[in-house]
Order: sequence, then structure tokens, then C-alpha cells
Amino acid sequence: MSQTTSTTAASREGVADGPIVIALKQRLGEQGVREQATLTGMPVVWISRDALCEALTFLRDMPEPFEVLFDLSAIDERLRTQREGMPESDFTIFYHLLSVSRNRDVMLKVALREGDLELPSVISLYPNADWYEREVWDMFGIVFRGHPHLYRLLMPPTWQGYPLRKDYPARATEFDPYTLTVEGQDREQRALQFDPEAWGMRRESDDTEFMFLNLGPNHPSAHGAFRIVLQLDGEVIVDCVPDIGYHHRGAEKMGERQSWHSYIPYTDRVDYTGGVVNNLPYVLAVEKLADIEVPDRVNTIRVMLTELFRINSHLLFLGTYLQDLGAMSPVFYTFTDRQKAYEVIEAITGFRMHPSWFRIGGVAQDLPQGWDRLMQGFLDWMPKRLREYERAMMDNAIVRDRTRHIAAYTTQEALAWGVTGPNLRATGLDLDLRKWRPYSGYEQFDFEVPVAANGDAFDRGWIRIEEMRQSLRIIQQCVDHMPAGDYKADHPLTTPPPRERMLEHIETLITHFLQVSWGPVLEANESLSMIEATKGINGYYLTSDGSTMSYRTRIRTPSFPHLQQIPMVIRGSLVSDLIAHLGSIDFVMADVDR
Amino acid sequence: MSWLTPMVMEVLIAMSQALVILLGALLLGAVMTVVERRLLGLWQDRYGPNRVGPFGSLQLVADMIKILFKEDWIPPFADRALFVLAPVIGMASLLLAFMIIPLTPNWGVADWHIGLLFFFAMAGINVYAVLLGGWSSGNKYALLGAMRATAQTLSYEVFMGLSLMGVVALAGSFNMRDIVAAQQGLWFIVPQFFGFCTFLIAGVAVTHRHPFDQPEAEQELADGYHIEYAGMKFGMFFIGEYIGMVLVSALIVTLFFGGWLGPWLPPFVWFALKTAALLVLFVLLRASLPRPRYDRMMSFGWRVCLPLTLINLLVTGAAILLLAPAGT
Repeated sequence: MSQTTSTTAASREGVADGPIVIALKQRLGEQGVREQATLTGMPVVWISRDALCEALTFLRDMPEPFEVLFDLSAIDERLRTQREGMPESDFTIFYHLLSVSRNRDVMLKVALREGDLELPSVISLYPNADWYEREVWDMFGIVFRGHPHLYRLLMPPTWQGYPLRKDYPARATEFDPYTLTVEGQDREQRALQFDPEAWGMRRESDDTEFMFLNLGPNHPSAHGAFRIVLQLDGEVIVDCVPDIGYHHRGAEKMGERQSWHSYIPYTDRVDYTGGVVNNLPYVLAVEKLADIEVPDRVNTIRVMLTELFRINSHLLFLGTYLQDLGAMSPVFYTFTDRQKAYEVIEAITGFRMHPSWFRIGGVAQDLPQGWDRLMQGFLDWMPKRLREYERAMMDNAIVRDRTRHIAAYTTQEALAWGVTGPNLRATGLDLDLRKWRPYSGYEQFDFEVPVAANGDAFDRGWIRIEEMRQSLRIIQQCVDHMPAGDYKADHPLTTPPPRERMLEHIETLITHFLQVSWGPVLEANESLSMIEATKGINGYYLTSDGSTMSYRTRIRTPSFPHLQQIPMVIRGSLVSDLIAHLGSIDFVMADVDR
Repeated sequence: MSWLTPMVMEVLIAMSQALVILLGALLLGAVMTVVERRLLGLWQDRYGPNRVGPFGSLQLVADMIKILFKEDWIPPFADRALFVLAPVIGMASLLLAFMIIPLTPNWGVADWHIGLLFFFAMAGINVYAVLLGGWSSGNKYALLGAMRATAQTLSYEVFMGLSLMGVVALAGSFNMRDIVAAQQGLWFIVPQFFGFCTFLIAGVAVTHRHPFDQPEAEQELADGYHIEYAGMKFGMFFIGEYIGMVLVSALIVTLFFGGWLGPWLPPFVWFALKTAALLVLFVLLRASLPRPRYDRMMSFGWRVCLPLTLINLLVTGAAILLLAPAGT
């Protein structure tokens, strides 16, 4: 418990004039830096557009640097009503930086006016700014000066308008009926054709003519609708351009039209192999806004199900990873195991893939009778299966030959590209938020963070088997020490409020009625919550304008930077190595495109 | 009935035998498509096709109906003549190679002195199916598949021939019946164990079966050389692969496991049982192994298999010379 207090205290210290803000003020002058009080748990600092590059360079190169550009996106502020203490702004760009050595974050914000939506690109400082800036251009129409390929990223190249702007409708019913003519189809298909010159690629070198191979969006090993165009010399990949957006469903836009409560099911579908894991960062962020502290039982249930889904997701990974290496059987075995997990999940949540089971201030129901017996059955089943996978597959000479020293990268490269989760830990850094910034009571569990050393495709596979073992340990502790108590917090904003109390008197009845019809009203503020999800760090950055709906929901997903990093890793390898690498990343396209 | 001389009778019998073997090989190839799926299901904790007919036995009929009635589409960008020719070569070359295989002492199509060489010739022609099919499709994946097939063939045809020379030396003949007869006391798998290992590997490579399915490598090339094929043309590639499997199994049985030789049971039953066991091995390979990278595959052929076959041939030759009765 003492650890929690210290973490919270530390994050508060960061907000109130922390060392980073002081250092920034020394660098940029008192006037150049304006702090904003938020519930994000990190200093949020407004700086001017002209000082942006200087501030980022300073933060990146300072001792104990902020080496990770964790997130970059924008907010359309034009309809925001409650902006006390913030500079005038129509569109705000925010840069969320993370320092590994400090285990601290900082957020820089830049205000832009409507007639002048332009600011410098920071690709030269943080290489992973590339896709983030393209996304901002795509969604808000903000121009990044000096960006080499400022094209549409998530929307089709022919798209008109900027979807995340507030004046862009969110519902299909607000548009004219959609028609697709033959000419229209031709136009769309032409627009999708790859143009090497636009990407600075040559069609031939002095002695070879390159082949441009369009891998995806329909390809057995693309793990969903993912397209990557390869520039090939024989089977050697000279260069490649990943193309995403085929799975884009506007999850962030939907956040602006759903109530705080009714948005929970959308989060499940972001990383669709992670189930309730996706609910967690969202409800944690909402609970920060609502100032709800959940009972121990809720925390433990959440941890237990999160870990169960982590195992489930890792099993899916393991099966498909080996399948991509050409081994056709393991996927059937891991699906047998997943079915065992689903039996427990079904009994507890009543659903399989997308239980949407966490609630603001608790979980949907209490655990059913006999859940512990079911869970114990799963815990007893898994270890011998994991041993079998290790013996049959990870010790297999062909698997090792296909993955050892393939698509390897170092910790520095991983951080520069924003790689998190098991893929980062495979390079040797033990960055696991469950240990580094415990949430939901993880500090009370006894588990280890597996770390590998080579950062290659083999390590990325092996590390996930170890992680499953650790997750089993955590679940065992949940089963052994499940605290008694309520499954919902006793708080007026808990949604939906406990039904048993609804009929007690008129006050509780009205609260219940309002919360299930309108939804809870949260005070205007900003909050951010990051968790160690199945594939890396998943973050929800919520902006409330004091209404029943979010003003802006920013979802930072781990798979997005992981895909962006592919060209850097895979240049000079063979097509088979690309397939091995794709299998080892563990991504789902919904987690990339949102 | 004066025309029914003993010679005409002989011809008629030979023709009907050939026809039965041809149809039998075809049918067995087709049946294997279903047997493989059932076997994979068994090993992968699932059922496999079990709905059509008792225990899924009529799945083959359903598959044939479907594949025969499917639109036979030729892509407009394909080289038409070669595109049509490729699957014909693929299936015909392997079927023709069945000629040389003696099923029992009396059954068989061709009893040639060059028996084994004919198989090499047909295996050599077979690769043109993949090559032409992949090239004429006008598809980049197919082209990559064809390229891989060519590279793989170069690496594996070389030692495939050499791996059998030990057998030929021991039997003193290319004739398949002579080879079987020479195994009367001892199956050739014992003196020619390394020859067996290398020929098995080369045999899997000839049929493009996993883990030598580099030309089609579903996870990488999304079916490679036959990606543009549909309907019965695809069916011919598909069945051709299984016929190849049966052929190679039957060949291995003939060359290393004494063909029809065996006690108590009739010769044909022995032959069939041995062949079936090898077919199961083919399926088991597919169920259990990951796919190596194709450049590793090539270097394995050149660096491991080729030297091994050469050493095997040297040792066999030396042993024959040493053990030969003096004066011959």
C-alpha cells in the first residue's frame, strides 16, 4: 500500500512545478512556459510554436532524457467551453514524452489558430513522429512543415474533409447516401496504386530492376487488413512502405458522441484480442476524472481478468507466430487452451471475445459461485501446455533458424520508435508499467518481469511464453486471496449505480435513472491513464468539457508504433524474414487503426 | 475367334493393367486429399471433414463436384497457352512416372531396363509445370514461387539422382523388378540408409510438400505459383501434388523396402501397406515441421545432402569391390 501512496505523491509532485517545468522555464523563459493543472498525473506545459523544436531538443538531450515520443495528436478546441487558465487556441497539438530513466512523463501543448494551422515537423528529433504527424494532418488538416510524406494515413487518399474536426459529422445519417459508380471505383483503385517516386524510391538500380510487391491488405500473414509495399531485389527487401487504415472505424470520433458509460464496449474492440484489458485504461481514466476510488475486490477482479486475457492474447500470438513460420499445428493447440480460458471468462462475464465487463467504479457483476474452482482448473491445465510449446517449438532447430537474429533491434532503437511491451522487453529493458507505475493494486502481487537480450524475433516469441507463466502466478494469487467486499464503488458517479439500492428512496432512484439514461456528468478536466496491455502500453487521454460525453478521446495504442518501425527493422532482409517479423510483432489492425 | 491369339491376349491384359493402375493412381491421389485432412484433424485435436457421408467418406465426391463446376477462369493478363499447358504437364508427368513401378511380380505397366532413369526424366519435366504456371500467370507472387521452384529443383535434382546410385550399384540394374528381386534377403534401407535419407528429402522436394513447399509457401507467397489458378486447372495441380506423393512413396517402397516382398500376406497387400505407411509419414511431416527459410533450404541441399550422397556412393562402390568374388 505504501508504494501506491508514493507513486501518487510522485505524480502530484510532477504536476506542481516539478523539476522538469523549472528546467523548461529556465530554458525558454518564464513567459514561454505556461502550466495547466490536469488530472493526467504529469506536468502539462503550453509552449509557443516557435519554441517547440527547442523545447523538444532540450528534453531529448538533457541528462536523464525524455527519449520516447509516447504520443502526439491534436484537439479541436473550437467548441470547448471550459478552458480557464489555458491560452487561446483553436487547435491544440500535444506531445506526450516519456523518460525511462526518470520514469516520468511530460506533455507539451502548442496552440494554433484557425487561419494558421501549421507547425514544424519533429521527425528529425523523434523518428516515430512521422505517422503521428500524418495522422494529425489526416484527421485535423494541420500541416507539419518539413514532413517528407504528408499523405493521408488512416483515410483513403481520395478523402475529403478532416474527420476529427468538430464540424465534421460523426454519424452516417448526416451524410448523403453513399453511392459507388464504376468510374468512382476506378478512381479509388487508381489512387491506391503505389507510386515509388512519391516515396523517393527508384524503380531500378544500376544493375537490377526492382519488383514492387504489394503484400496485403489481403494476405494470409498480414494479420488483418494490413498492406505493405515491398521494393524487392530478388527476394531481398530493399525498402518497404507500410500502409494502414483499412481497419479504421473512427473509435476516437465515436468517443465524442457516446456517453462516458456507453463508450466502454467500443474500447473492447480496439485491441480485439485483449477483451477487457482495453476497458481498464479507459475506466481508470474516467475514474480519475470522477475521483472514484474502487474497492480492493474490484481491483483484484480487474487484475485477474486482465491477466487471463493477457494469456488469451499471448496464446493467439503464439499460435499465429508459429503458423507464420510454417508450423501448421500449434495454432490448433493454443486454441484448445484459449477455449479453456474462454470457459472461465464466459462463466464470469457471460461473454467471450468482447465482454465489456468493467464499469466506471467497478465491474458489471460480482463473481459467480464456483468461479475459483473453474479458474483453478485453468491454472492447473496451462503449465504443462506451456512446457510442451517450449519443447516442441521454441527448441525446434527450424524455428530457431527462422527467428534467431532475425529482425533484431536494440533498446535505443526501440525507444526511439516508441516500441513498448514485450517487444521492448525482448531487447533487455524491463519497462513494465505493472512494476514501474503500479495501478489497480499490481504492487501487491508477487511476479517477475521476463526480459530477453537480443531483441530478435525469437526473443519476442519466447518472452511471451514466460509472460504467460507470470500471469498464471498473478491469477493464482487472485484466486488464493480474493478480498471480500463490494464489486462497485460507493460513489455517486459509479455507473450504473448498484441496482439493489435503486429502490431504497427517491434520491437513489433518480440517480439511477439519470445515469442510465443520460449517463454520468463529469467535471471539466483532462485525465490520462496508461496500462501495460497485452501488446504494449495502451493509453487513454480523456478531455472532459463538463458533459455526459467526452470532448476528446485520444487512444494511444502500442501496435501503431510497432508497425511504423517495420521498414527500419526489415530493410535488407528476405521476404520470409518479413513474415517472421510480422508474426513476432503481435499486432491486430484494430489496435493500429482504431 | 482366330484373332484372339496369345499375343493379342497379352496386349489386352497389359492394356487393362495399365488402365487399372492409371485410374488407381488417380483415385488414390484424390482420396489422399481427404485422408490427409482427416489425419491432420486427428493430430490437431479437431475433426476434419466428417459431415459428407459416413465419417466424411464422401467428402471427395463433394469436392470433385465443386471443383468441376467452378468457373474455369483464365486471367486476361496471363499467357494463355502456357497457362493451360502447365497443369497438364504437372499431372501428366507424375502419372506417367507410375509406369515403371511394379506393384506385384505380375502387375506393372512397363518393365524397362531404364526404369529408374525414366522417373528422373519425368521428375525433371515436372518442374516445368511449376515454372511455366508461375511465369505465365502474370502475377508477382506466382513469379516468386516459380523462381523458388527453379532454385529448389536445381539444388535437389542433383543429389536425387546420386542418392539412388547406391541402390542401382547394389542391384546392378536400373530395372525396378531387378531392384526388388535384389532385396530378397535384405531390404536396401539397411545398406543404403543414407541413400534412403537423402532420397526421402529429395522426394519431398519433388512433390513440393511441406517443408519443401517453398514455391507455394502459403504464409509468405499466398499460394505462390498456382495463385491465379481456379477450377479444374487448380484441381490438376492439387491432385498432381498428391499423385506425386503416392508416386514417391511407392518408389521408396520399391527401392528401399523390398517392394512387394514380405511373408504370409499376398504381394500386393505388402506393397500397399508399405506405401500407405510412407504416405502417412508425408502427412506427419506437414503436421509437425515449421518451414525453413528457402535460402537455408538450398544451402542444406548443396552442403549437407550432396556431400552425403557422394560419400554414400563412394562407400557403396568400395564395399561392392571389396566383397566382390575374386576374378569378376
